[in-house]
Order: sequence, then structure tokens, then C-alpha cells
Amino acid sequence: MNGIPIEHGILLAAILFSLGFVGVLTRRNIIFVLMSLEIMLNAAGLAFVVASARWQHADGQIMFLMILTLAAAEVAVGLSLIIQFYKRFQSLDMDQLSKLGG
Amino acid sequence: MTVLLFYVAAAVAIVATLLTITRTNIAHALLYLVVSLLSIAVIFYMIGAPLAGALEVIVYAGAIMVLFVFVIMMLNAGKPTEDQEKAWLAHTSWRGPALLCAILLAEMLTLLTDGISGHVSTHVSAKEVGILLYGPYLLAVELASMLLLAGLIGAYHLGREDNTEELPKS
Repeated sequence: MNGIPIEHGILLAAILFSLGFVGVLTRRNIIFVLMSLEIMLNAAGLAFVVASARWQHADGQIMFLMILTLAAAEVAVGLSLIIQFYKRFQSLDMDQLSKLGG
Repeated sequence: MTVLLFYVAAAVAIVATLLTITRTNIAHALLYLVVSLLSIAVIFYMIGAPLAGALEVIVYAGAIMVLFVFVIMMLNAGKPTEDQEKAWLAHTSWRGPALLCAILLAEMLTLLTDGISGHVSTHVSAKEVGILLYGPYLLAVELASMLLLAGLIGAYHLGREDNTEELPKS
């Protein structure tokens, strides 16, 4: 880790995750919610890589690759859902989705 | 030295993320999000995970952010887009991200000029990750490929133009 304490790396990941979580809770624009989800996934990946560097084991980086794959698939499906949502409601407001359902 | 650079990069990441979730303009928020991802890539590089850092830049800051840009462009066609283009040329919109990026660039130049081997050592090499990935984790790779295929088909189906039309009556 080149002298960087692992606690500080994990703390950074926790702060980034909390910021993403706050973004998901507070923003109502659906694209911002998706971006905040990306921040949270990225923070989880950072925690894995920091742990991988601490114990000098490649397993954490494999998990980071899996998170990367998950994020890519999630963004592709999420953005196409956003396009459909915009076509039907002409808006990006997430509260409009509460009018769905029977 | 590397420890100090780590804290600078971490501060840049936190500030950029904080600005991302507080912007009102989507494009500005996207710029700050790219800076945040780049600073995390710098951190990966510093703690000895160069493969993760490179993938962070290529896949996250490259591919996924380009998807976001495409969708934002698709949703804002017409007159508002022209106004937005004019607004982008104003320096106030890119001054913040450029400043944060300059800090990261200065860090990278510091690391490069001082000699990489002195500060940054590769604890987990790309070779090690590759061997593990196609050895014990082969099943996970196959599952990831199936996930990506499902994502591809799902995005294609949801993004079709004629999706809202009713089915023809037989």
C-alpha cells in the first residue's frame, strides 16, 4: 500500500458511498439517481481494490472487474428505460413513476 | 510523498462527487463525475493496482460516461440544445472540472518525473489477475458474459422505436 493506511482507503470508500446514497435519496431527476448509483458501485469497487492491495491478493481486483461488468449492464438497461420513460411522460421526474400501476 | 498524493487525490474525489450530486445541470454533473472517476483511477494506480486503474479510466470514465452523454443528447434535441452549446462555451461551466483535473495531472507528472519505481510499486500485477480470472474464477467470467448478453438484449428491446405500438390483430 506504499504507506497508505488501509483505514483511510476504506474511509474514502465509505464517504463516497454515503455521498452516492444521499444523491439517490435527495435527487428526483432520474438521470441523477442513476449517476448516484454509479458512485455507490464505484465506492464498493474502491473498497475491494483497497483490501486487495492491503493483503496483496488479486481476488479483490477480480471482484472489481465483476462490479465493472455489473455497472455496465445496469447502465445500458437503465438508460434505455430512461429513454422509454421520457418518451411516455415527456419528463425526467421520478415521482411521475408513482402514477404507474393499476 | 505517495501518502500525501493519496490524500490530495482523495480530496479531489470527494469534492468532485459532492459537486456531482449538487449540480442542477446534468452535463455539468457528468463532468464532475468523470473527474471523480479519474481521481479514483489515480488512487488505484498509487496503491499498486494498475490494471484496476486502467479499467476504471477505459470502462467507467470512458464507455459508461459516453453512454450517459449519448442519452442526454438524445433527450435534449432542438432549440434547448443550441442554448446549451452556447452555455458550454462559457468558461464557468468547465472551469471547476478543469481545475480538479489539473490537480490530478500535476500528481501524475510528479509521479512520472520522480521515477515510478521509487513511489509506486505493482503489488498485484495484471498477469496475476488474468491467471486467477481464467483459472478459479472461470465460472464467474461466464456468468458475467451472460449478464452482459442479457443487458445487451434488454437495452435493445427497451430502446426500440416501435415499442409503443400495439401488436397487429391477427
